[in-house]
Amino acid sequence: MEPILTRYVREPNSFTLDFYLKHEGYQGLQKALSMQPNDVIETVKASGLRGRGGAGFPTGLKWQFVDKKSEPRYIACNADESEPGTFKDHVLMERNPHLLFEGCLIGCWAIGAKVAYIYIRGEFYHVQRVLEAELAKAYAQGYAGNNVMGSGWSCDIVLHRGAGAYEAGEETALIESLEGKRAQPRIKPPFPAVAGLYNKPTAVNNVETLCNLPSIITNGAEWFASLGPEKNGGPKLYCVSGHVKRPGVYEASMNTTLKEIIFGMAGGIRDGHQLKAVIPGGSSVPILMPDQLDIPASFDGVQKAGSLLGSAGIIVMDETTCMVWVAQNLMHFYKHESCGKCTPCREGGEWLYKILSKIERGEGEMRDLDLLTSVANNIAGKTLCAFGDAEATPPLTTLKQFRSEYEDHIREGRCTVPSDWRARGAVAVH
Amino acid sequence: MSFHPLMPYGEGWHKSERKLVDEGQPFVFTPERAANLEDICSRYPPEQRKSAVLAALYLVQEQQGYLTASAMRHVAEFLRITPADVEDVATYYVMFYKAPVGKYVLQVCRTLSCALAGAERVVETLSEKLGIAVGETDASGMFTLLEFECLGACDRAPVVMVNNEHWAERVTPENCSTLLEDLRQRGPAVLSGCHLQVER
Repeated sequence: MEPILTRYVREPNSFTLDFYLKHEGYQGLQKALSMQPNDVIETVKASGLRGRGGAGFPTGLKWQFVDKKSEPRYIACNADESEPGTFKDHVLMERNPHLLFEGCLIGCWAIGAKVAYIYIRGEFYHVQRVLEAELAKAYAQGYAGNNVMGSGWSCDIVLHRGAGAYEAGEETALIESLEGKRAQPRIKPPFPAVAGLYNKPTAVNNVETLCNLPSIITNGAEWFASLGPEKNGGPKLYCVSGHVKRPGVYEASMNTTLKEIIFGMAGGIRDGHQLKAVIPGGSSVPILMPDQLDIPASFDGVQKAGSLLGSAGIIVMDETTCMVWVAQNLMHFYKHESCGKCTPCREGGEWLYKILSKIERGEGEMRDLDLLTSVANNIAGKTLCAFGDAEATPPLTTLKQFRSEYEDHIREGRCTVPSDWRARGAVAVH
Repeated sequence: MSFHPLMPYGEGWHKSERKLVDEGQPFVFTPERAANLEDICSRYPPEQRKSAVLAALYLVQEQQGYLTASAMRHVAEFLRITPADVEDVATYYVMFYKAPVGKYVLQVCRTLSCALAGAERVVETLSEKLGIAVGETDASGMFTLLEFECLGACDRAPVVMVNNEHWAERVTPENCSTLLEDLRQRGPAVLSGCHLQVER
């Protein structure tokens, strides 16, 4: 498949408005503005576009649910990309910011919003500066703001900088953060489509999702759907990191297999090593084993294999990777990022981290394995947002696939997997 | 007594880490920053000035390096919210400093992809070279060393962010010294910036 979203990202000045206009820029928006908003929604529904943030919920449906009787309405673009192993929106925003602006404006037109807030994670300040400069150009040349492209319709795009909170990527927590509060999830329902930002109907869409809109409007729903398997249409960005020869963002159809992405596009495992395990969709999803990779890297394909495509952050690990350490590393992330609202997640994450650290240090006991499972199962499904399920995943999936490695640690009283890239001394527990 | 029947309830559990921040010097925004913040407020509905609280705290940090109680009260007045609203937010987000930091804050990504590429060694080496532990500032006041969670540039691992905005990528234990020396001599402008910058 010819790249669609990332076609020009490696060309000099691809981020500028001039470049964008020379390469079919803002033509999707122009066409959308000549359509009825409801027809835009119908087109997106027919395309089968599924949200690229992780859950894979159909975008057209999300827009249809937006309460059209209440004013004002908002688009909140989720540019808080912070799922470990994910860096696709980073590339899109840095190298193709106008594609995102165009997508935001099409979304606003479709649901009848007058403002799109782009919530960008605080760490992406270098990206934000690119967005700010290009947004000013878009305003100056009539592609945003008053009278967009001479249509008489006005729409603002506002950049909002976060300040370092993984939880802000959850849609209701993102809304809370936009309102100037802690990024903590709300009880649903009501869903943001009914009561979102400032209690008004809001569609929260991921950057990559919005970036797909211009080409859907320009080329049509059928074209988009035909690019991938049924219900998994369109181009998809895959982020490959870890022990591969060529880590990076790769764009492919969802017909492509995980194996082709890892061994073809990303060049396979670094020399002299063998594949041990793959996390296919960001740190929150279950591990796939080397013999499970000959599957389409689609939402449905990966789910059928027992994991999730999530944010398509593919983390590849070779035989030098200790799986107890992986769980410990990820649990450090989750216990640190837990927003603290729900007790099972706030307390349980800390517990899981302590138990995993104890095992990794070589002080574990066999009964700790049951304790890990029990604590993890008391978090999953018992919290307001999906963070709890994500947090329970690293210990549960590593225990399921690599239980013997845990038992070796306990039996031998030390970490049993040699590696040349881990800390030489003891890692401080904090 | 524990919340979980199998979980020992030892020392160190459930201790509040809440610390009151320094009162600090009396604080008001410079006129330029006040105007800037007023402009940011105008991007939200008039009754939603609170939405600008993160932006306000960044401006405080830009002006005096870290957050103090007097600065937070000023922000509260400016946005017409309570000081508790501001403290609530300031203590939640990791990019705000509640105590003085060095001139350059080294924020090393420690999450899986960076760790697989040797981030633990980078932390170890930086810590050795600066003679400080994670969370501390060196004697000269030049560097503070922090660990960060996933920065979202896993293909360029390990990544180090400096002062919340400048990035160094593919940092290794071997090139840590160069990183420190470059920062000392020429400042953060020398850093590689971000990955797809083909114009450089």
